[in-house]
Amino acid sequence: MKYNWNWNVVLCRSECAQPYFDWILSGLGWTLVVSVMAWLIAFSVGSVVGVAKTAENRGLRLVAKGYVELFRNIPLLVQMFLWFYVVPELLPKVAGHFLKRELPLPEYWTAIVCLGLYHASRTAEQVRAGIEAIPRGQTLAALALGLTRGQVYRYVLLPVSYRIIVPPLTSDFMGIFKNSSVALTIGVLELTAQSRQIAEYTFNIFEIFTVATVLYMLVTLIVVTVMRYVEKKVRIPGTIAMGGS
Amino acid sequence: MVGRFDFTVIFSNLDILWNGMLITLLLTVVAIVGGILLGTILALMRLSRFKLPAYAAGRFVDAFRATPLILVIFWFYFAVPIVTGRPIGGLYSVLIAFTLFESAYYCEIIRAGIQSIRLPQVHAGLALGLTRWQATRHVVLPQAFRNMVPLLLTQAIVLFQDTSLVYVVGLKDFLTAADLVATRDNRVVEMYLTAAVVYLVICSLGSLWVRRLQRQYAI
Repeated sequence: MKYNWNWNVVLCRSECAQPYFDWILSGLGWTLVVSVMAWLIAFSVGSVVGVAKTAENRGLRLVAKGYVELFRNIPLLVQMFLWFYVVPELLPKVAGHFLKRELPLPEYWTAIVCLGLYHASRTAEQVRAGIEAIPRGQTLAALALGLTRGQVYRYVLLPVSYRIIVPPLTSDFMGIFKNSSVALTIGVLELTAQSRQIAEYTFNIFEIFTVATVLYMLVTLIVVTVMRYVEKKVRIPGTIAMGGS
Repeated sequence: MVGRFDFTVIFSNLDILWNGMLITLLLTVVAIVGGILLGTILALMRLSRFKLPAYAAGRFVDAFRATPLILVIFWFYFAVPIVTGRPIGGLYSVLIAFTLFESAYYCEIIRAGIQSIRLPQVHAGLALGLTRWQATRHVVLPQAFRNMVPLLLTQAIVLFQDTSLVYVVGLKDFLTAADLVATRDNRVVEMYLTAAVVYLVICSLGSLWVRRLQRQYAI
């Protein structure tokens, strides 16, 4: 194997042809920004859809089910293309023009919305599972006390269900974090895109991909550690997770 | 508004799309078979009494599960030719990447399946004079796989969707074929919508089938 190892490539600022170190940093930054904003969308839309899946109203349940099936059964990459290339064409002229010409950083916004709505279908399933894990007696008791349906969700079901589903929500976020790399296909310069660019400029692929992989692992490790702490804090006393009976 | 679009472009390019679909299916099948075989070995290593294989398999799985699939595809696409010293083509590097990547996910499914088997089953096997390997092979694995069938198939559907990511190295799978036609004939809207519908139909049918199996296989 003939290969020129040169770890300096990943630390380059002004001494190389390009400031590769800054490229990596900005890539990591965009990966984090896109992931966190997409997660906010996934969490809010996912909660609404998840609640709708447990609703009394049959129509509402069907719509929510349709949403989950639709977003789950089309590959993320295809959805990226649909949002970026197809949606602006199908919208009325003014809106399409705005998306294509006037919106600053269109690929970043598209990636955030697309990732968010894609993962909302997964979050919805977790929220639904969390709500269904709560014994029906609690809903009935709350209704008997005179709470409205909305209040039952707001004060009884959702607070408990969010505490139950912290672990699956964490792995959902990790999924968003990793899937943010798909955004490179529409031109988002996140971590994977930047490292491919550096690989093509310098041919020092082992160094640069190692750095990218380690950065992904590091963020994963940090998130998992933080969430394990959160999980312990919000754990519901008396459940198996607590070790009680 | 519909008048602007011309969906006949699909029919005049059916052969390109079909060839792309064959690549997609080839990738899916190889990654499923290779992933399950390797995943089983990894799962047995992770659960083994010996520290070293358990540790090695654990780190292998963690590494792949923490890395985005696109980065894994790039790794193998760029690195394999350097390591082997000669170009091996996009297809082989992608096949290796998918098999290893999926084996990490299959390993976790299979490990959970094995752990769901109750320990007395193993003890009974050992008491009957089976060796440890025989007990694993003839008592634990058959039951574990039966429990796992729905999960393995769900993962296969995810994998089928993930194969579209080979687009990033320009391998001509179904999506890349659709994309080529789209840009060549300037029919972006039609081709991407068609691709979406094809994936949607195949994956929806797949998950319907899995749900039916789930009811049948429930022990």
